[in-house]
Order: sequence, then C-alpha cells, then structure tokens
Amino acid sequence: MSGVGGQQTGRATASLRHRLAERGIDPTLLLLVPGLVVALALFVYPFSYGIGLTVQPTAAMQEQWGGGILANYVAFFRDPFVFDSVWLTMRLALPAALFNVLASVPVAMVLRHRFRGKRLLTSLLVLPITLGTVLTAQGLLIFAGRQGWINRALLEIGLIDEPLKLVNNYLGVMFSLVITGFPFAFLLISSYLSGIDPSLERAAKTLGAGWWQRFRRIILPLLAPGLATTFVLTFVLAFSVFPSARLVGDAMGETRVMSLMAFRAFGEQNDYAMASTIALMMGAVELLVVAAVLGLRSLLYRGTTGGKG
Amino acid sequence: MAVSTLERPLAARPSTWFVWAGMAAFAVFLLGILIAVVVDSFGRQWFDTWFPEGLTTDRYTEAWDRFALGEVVGVTVFVAVTVVVVSVLVGVPAAYVLARRDFPGKRAVMLLFLLPVLMPPITYGIPLATVMYSFGLGRTLTAVVLVNLVPSVPFVILTMTPFIEQINPAIESAARMCGARTRQVFTRVLAPLLVPGILAAAILVLVRTVGLFELTFLVSGPGSDTLVVAIYRGMTSAGGGEARQLISAMSVIYTATMLVMLVVALRFVNPTQLVAQVKETRDD
Amino acid sequence: MSDFDSLELRGVGRRFGGVDALSGLDLTIKSGEFVALLGPSGCGKSTALNCLAGLLPLTHGEILLDGKRIDTLPPERRGFGMVFQSYALFPHLSVEKNVAFGLQMQGRPRAEIESRVREAIKLVKLDEHAKKLPGQLSGGQQQRVAIARAVVLEPSLVLMDEPLSNLDAKLRLDMRTEIRRLHQSLGLTTIYVTHDQEEALSLADRLVVMREGRVQQVGTPDELYESPTSWYVADFMGYRNILPATVVSVSGGEAVVQLPGTADGGARLTGSAVGVLSAGDSVRVAIRPDDFVVAQDPPGSAGAGTVPGTVPGTVSVVEYHGREHAVGVQTGDTMLHARTPVAPQVGGSVWLTAPVERVLVFPDSLDAVVPVEVAA
Repeated sequence: MSGVGGQQTGRATASLRHRLAERGIDPTLLLLVPGLVVALALFVYPFSYGIGLTVQPTAAMQEQWGGGILANYVAFFRDPFVFDSVWLTMRLALPAALFNVLASVPVAMVLRHRFRGKRLLTSLLVLPITLGTVLTAQGLLIFAGRQGWINRALLEIGLIDEPLKLVNNYLGVMFSLVITGFPFAFLLISSYLSGIDPSLERAAKTLGAGWWQRFRRIILPLLAPGLATTFVLTFVLAFSVFPSARLVGDAMGETRVMSLMAFRAFGEQNDYAMASTIALMMGAVELLVVAAVLGLRSLLYRGTTGGKG
Repeated sequence: MAVSTLERPLAARPSTWFVWAGMAAFAVFLLGILIAVVVDSFGRQWFDTWFPEGLTTDRYTEAWDRFALGEVVGVTVFVAVTVVVVSVLVGVPAAYVLARRDFPGKRAVMLLFLLPVLMPPITYGIPLATVMYSFGLGRTLTAVVLVNLVPSVPFVILTMTPFIEQINPAIESAARMCGARTRQVFTRVLAPLLVPGILAAAILVLVRTVGLFELTFLVSGPGSDTLVVAIYRGMTSAGGGEARQLISAMSVIYTATMLVMLVVALRFVNPTQLVAQVKETRDD
Repeated sequence: MSDFDSLELRGVGRRFGGVDALSGLDLTIKSGEFVALLGPSGCGKSTALNCLAGLLPLTHGEILLDGKRIDTLPPERRGFGMVFQSYALFPHLSVEKNVAFGLQMQGRPRAEIESRVREAIKLVKLDEHAKKLPGQLSGGQQQRVAIARAVVLEPSLVLMDEPLSNLDAKLRLDMRTEIRRLHQSLGLTTIYVTHDQEEALSLADRLVVMREGRVQQVGTPDELYESPTSWYVADFMGYRNILPATVVSVSGGEAVVQLPGTADGGARLTGSAVGVLSAGDSVRVAIRPDDFVVAQDPPGSAGAGTVPGTVPGTVSVVEYHGREHAVGVQTGDTMLHARTPVAPQVGGSVWLTAPVERVLVFPDSLDAVVPVEVAA
C-alpha cells in the first residue's frame, strides 16, 4: 500500500471503504447510475453505432463516388448539392445567433430597471417559447405572406408597389430564427446581467465614468463570458433549424440546410449510412464553431465570471 | 408610452429609443403572427382582404376529426408527462452526486451530460432513430419517449446541479447529526428543499418536450405523433399540404395545449409554496 | 448527564489527496469536560471535529468511547450533537420543527417530543419565536435554535464548529456567556472549535492548540496563558509582540537577546529561555503589550540606551483605548506594542523595560517542539 505511509507514523487503520471514500468513491455514486445508463444507452451507443454506419456505404454510393468504405465522406465533400448545405446553414445560423445575442444586450440593459408594465413586456418577450417553431412558421406564412397584413399595410401606405417576398426564402427563415431565438437569448443575457453586482457600476460612476465608459469598461468585460455562452447556445438552436427551413424557407434552394439534407437521406432515400454521415458532419461543423467561440472567450477574458456562468 | 413611465429619465438617449423601436417591431411581428393564426383558424374564406368573410368554428371540428387530434393531444400529454417524470427521477439523483461529490472521472461524466445539450438534435437523432428502427421500436410511443429523454435528462442534470450546489451541505450534515439515516435525509430534508428547483426544471422539460420537433419526428408515426409533428405533417403532406385554415386551427390547439400545461404546472410553482408546506407538516 | 466516562482519540489522522489535514491526534476527554480546539484556519481543528462527528472518515487512528470503537459508525449512530458555523437550520421547518427533528428521527412519542422541545426552546429563550421559520430570525436567534436542536437530544457529546464566528462582536459576547451557562447547567461534554483565543480561554476547561494538522500544546487556559511552550502558542495567548531576535548570551534560565537592526549593545532584552538555547541562535521573543513599562525619561544616568534590559525607541503610533493608550514604538527594524496610562508624544523617545519572567524566549523553529500534554 504505497498510497498511504509517508510521514504518517501510525499504520493506516482505516478500512478499504474509508480509503475509497477519501477518493470520493462511496455508495452515493450509485445515484449516478440511472443517468449514466440513459446517456450510454441512448446517446453513446447510438452515436458509436452511427459512426460505424458511416463507413458502411451503400453499393450505389460506392459506385458513384468511389473511396471504398469512405464513400459517404467522399460524397459529402464532392457532391455540391450536399456540401453547399454547410455554407447555407452557416449563412443562416451565424447571423441569426449573432443578431439575437447582440440585440438582447441593449434590451436586457433597458429592462433591467424597474418600471410599470415590465412584467407584461417580459412575458411578451418570452411568449414565443410557447409558440414553437411550427406555429411560428404557420403564422409567418399568413402574416408576412403576399397577402398578409404586413404587405397589405405597406401597400396601403404606399411605401411599396409590389408585395415584398418575406417568406419562402432566406428572409422567412431568418425571421423565424429571430422570433424563436431572441427570447431565449434575452432570458439568458438578463440572468447574466442580473448577476453583475450593481454596486460595481455605482463605483465606476463615482470614479467619473460616463454610461458608455461604464458599459464598455465594467459591464461588457463581466458580461463577456455570458455573451459567449449565450451565443453558443443560440447558435446550437439556430444551427439545427429544420421545420422552419422547410416551411417558411426555400427547402431546395437558399435554405437547403444540413439537417434537411440529413433528413432527406434518412426519410426519403432510406440511406441510413449517408444520413448518419451528414448528421455527424453537422455535429463536427457545429462543435468547430463552438470551440472557436469558447477559445476566443478564454483568450479575451480570464477573470472570474461576473454573471452566473 | 412606456418610456414615460420609466423611473429614470432615459428619454434623452437616442440609443434607448432605438431599443424601444426594436422591441416594438418584435412585438408587432409576434402579435401579428399569433393573431393572424387565430383569425385564420376562425375564418370562413380569407384571401385578398384584411379580414376573413365571416367567422366559424367548423375548422376546429374538421381538423379534430381529420387529424384524430383527440389521440394526438393525448399522445402529446402522455409523452410530455412521462418524459418529465422519468428525467426528474433519473436526473435529480445524478445532479446531486455531481453537485456534492468529487470523484475520479467527474469531468468526463459532466462532458457526457453536456454533449447532448450542445449537439444539434439531428446529429444524434439520426443514428438514434436508426437504432430504434433496428430494434423494431420505430413509430412506437416507447421510441418517442426514449428519444425525448436524450436531451431532457442532461437538461435536468445541468439545471439541478447548480441548484443543489447552493443548498448548504451543512444542512445535510446537521440532519445526520440529528440521527437521520440517508433515506430520511433525502425525504425529510433534501426533497422539500429541492421542490422549487425540481418544479422549475420540470416545467422547462415539459415545454421543451411538447415543442421538440426534430427527434420526435424521426421516430414517430401514426399513433405516436405529437402535436408539433402532426402539424408539420399536415403542412408538408403530399399535394401541397392541407387547407391552411385546418393547420391554423391545429396550431391554435397546440398553443392552447401548451398554455394549459404551463398554467397547470405553474399552479404548483408559487412562492408561497414553502410556507404552505410548513402549515401542512405542522399537523402531523 | 453525559452517559460515558471517557472519549479517547488515538493517533487520529485524515489525509486529503496526499496532504495530512490532521495527523497523530491523541486526546482523552472526560465526561462533562469543555475542550476547545484552537488554531488558525487550515490548522486541522475543523477536520478533527468532523472526524469525531463521523462526517469525515478517518484515514488513521481510532476513536474509542469507553473503550468501544466508534469511528466506524456513521454519524447518525454516534449519538453526538453538533452546532455548525453556518447554523445549518432546516430552512423549510419552523423553530419547533427544527428542534423536534432529532427526536422524531428517534421515534419518540409525540407527548415527549412536545414537552422536550418546549423545554429546549425555553432554555435558549426563544419561546415567542417557536412558530417562526429560520429565515425570519436574526443570526443570534438562529444560533440559539441550532444549539437547542443539538442539546434537546441530550447527546453524550456536543460538537461546536465556530458557532459564534458569524455573529457581530456584541452578540458574540452574549452568546459566549449563554454557551457557558448552558454547559454549566446541563453538564454536557463539549468540544468547541474556534480561532478566537478569548473565546477558547473564557469557555474551555482545557485547550488544544493546533498547527498544520498537529497538536502544538494541550493544557488548561491558565497553563497555556502563563507558560506557552512555543511562540506559536504564545501568539495565540495574547503575546502581541513576537519578535525575531538573536541570542547574545545564556546563563541559567535567562537569555539576553538583541533585536535586529539595532546598534551593538543597544536594544537588548533579557528573558526566560523556554527550551534549550545557546548564543547565536535565532529566536522569537514573546512579550505581552501590558508587560512593558514605558518610561519617557532615560533610565539610570546620562548614558541613554545602554542599560541592559532596556530598549530605547521612537513612538510612532498612539491609540486611545479608554483607561490606557496603546503605543507603537519603533526600535531598529522592529515595531514594539506597549500599553501605558500616560500618552507619550508621537515622535518622542521612550524607554521600554519588561520583567525577565515576563519575557519568553523561544527557539525559532516550531517543528522541534514536542507537544506536551499536561495532566489535568
């Protein structure tokens, strides 16, 4: 037992149970088991199974793209119809996530103060969470469609002569991403903001800092980790857009996102191997962005988090 | 209007006005979407006019029969409640361990629970659905519940861990020093303290499960579709989709279901709840 | 009331990831005794208490209650009561429910629970707050509840972990008296952890001073106060001047030392050597501020500063402390703390003397000190 000994003069009289407990291993850890079983059976196992599937391409795939067992990957990178979806997804998800986070900051700052009607306003902002993507899509089609109220109002005022095309294209999906993503970002940023001690700002005020300096020098650095986290989570939401890309977008054109391609392979072509390949590549692309953002965060800010992050 | 009621004079800043304008635009869009769907669902005919020509509730009965909504709503509620119960039962004990213990491999376990939350659902959803089908579980209720557990259990763990961390561990030690055994520490001391956190996590899981489309869609079929999936199928079914008003009616039913579940759930989470509990236990 | 004769700790030790938080603790506690564990944070005193409570498993040694090993029992089966620094009241239970909790765990009949809870709450003078939740009470009241919750079980041993450190100064004094009163009236054996020597001295029958997981000295308050065995213990016992110095000469039990940064021959102090010393040794000199005599005129003849046992210096700080003044005197590199009824001028010269028996000279090294248990 080389683990004990050292300068302890007496022999280790404690039982094995005690020594394991010292390392944090005791019966309480059994509480972790159900959670681990769920994670292993429903996440790790299917995931590894999926990885296995990607290197078992169908004969047709092998014939068309070559590359032997890697035919699916070859197809992913060579087939412009599939590979372009990476760019199409990023073109939607990045700006949407960025907008949601950046727009949340001033709104959360303004709503930080107390005023009458704050509850109403806050509940209005979080209402879309109960709407869900599908209802949002349906509403957008009616509200912002060719004969919807928006176009009707704009025509009436005389701002436009022709109805604007606001849905069934890039713009429609973007609207949908903002409507569903913004409340989420707002809630997170608000909670991070409320975690910053207000006396810090007051202290800065007594030191002669104007509101922009206070924001720039105090709030922003403390909020930075929260911003990064919120960006990541909003990006994850926007990145996996599926229903809205199909319903209010242009599913075969400018909003042909990766999840649609994966589902096409899965549901329509029944090529589970290719579907898994696209799905995995989707995860890889997303994790790359997440890693980049988190890396940037640790590069920019090393102090303790001001918020609850 | 709201600006004048602010406690502090913010009106002087153009930036503040900009924020309010942005929020107003958001509100217009949001309410426009909501009202448009509701109006549409009650409309008879609505093409090239501001409002439909006359109102009716026929769309609801029609949609209800056509899409077997009774069954769909039942499935939705069943799936949501089952997923909530299971993820709380599985997630809270795990969160307790992660909040209170340090053990070898803890970081790996944390990462394992974080990954499903960070990954796009489709990424693990497709391999998971493939596994489900190969086990013969495709299009069953079991499969729908199981896939929904994948993001829900980690979600409960990740929200409950900080909640448990902020409960002073000395309280548990105190209970032990008073002679409470492990089970009693959990039932008499920890459980009442965890109730607010559990309810909050449960509501969030409920909302997420009812609204979660991607995973459910991959494994569900007739008889196991939840409401969102049924609406999606209605909108995209072959031949350009069902009549718009039917979809609108379904969407309104969806939102109403969501609101009812939220209201019911929120009835259980109120700030006076702790006080009420003390009153109850006084009688025993 | 305590139903045992002796509690014995034999070589109790606890390692955290290869570091000894506590090692080789030997201590015998007699029934009815009030023992204080004293030391700065991280000295192992709380570890010792938690090991005794059973909240931390031991890695070495054993704990015996009347010769029976109890260190393998879980905390709930040891029958000890504990009062926590953070009070650790059950926030969802009212005061009476908090106090009743332990009795309910024991499955006592309801009538007994009711009367004992009422009695315990009366004992800590919280009668009119019995129905309140802990969140509605002040810090002092919460600590009373915690004490009532621990003593209502009539435990064989009460463990108190810095119970007063979260209270403000005045309340702390009141509660200290309260704890002493409870101990005297109930006769409960108590182990009390604190970093405050005043608390320890005023409450305990016996003190255990700890440093880096080891016992430095054990004794009655009087023994520790009058004859500390190391400068570390002296530091805790109100010797505010702990001065590094060099031994000039040793004769009999007396050592002459020179303070650093002073001219040869000047600023020499004569003190009683504690332990074996020889000329040239680095030592620490311990003197209480009130043992210095402050003179504003040079002692003896005109040859100021050369009288042995007298330290000349310049007054740098004067604080008003009611009947006395606390004076900071700079001599060489050292700041000396003294007390005097007459305030000297800041910047003026003073001469400090102290009786030989009140000046303790300790070896610099603490590790050489062998912990001495003085039989009580």
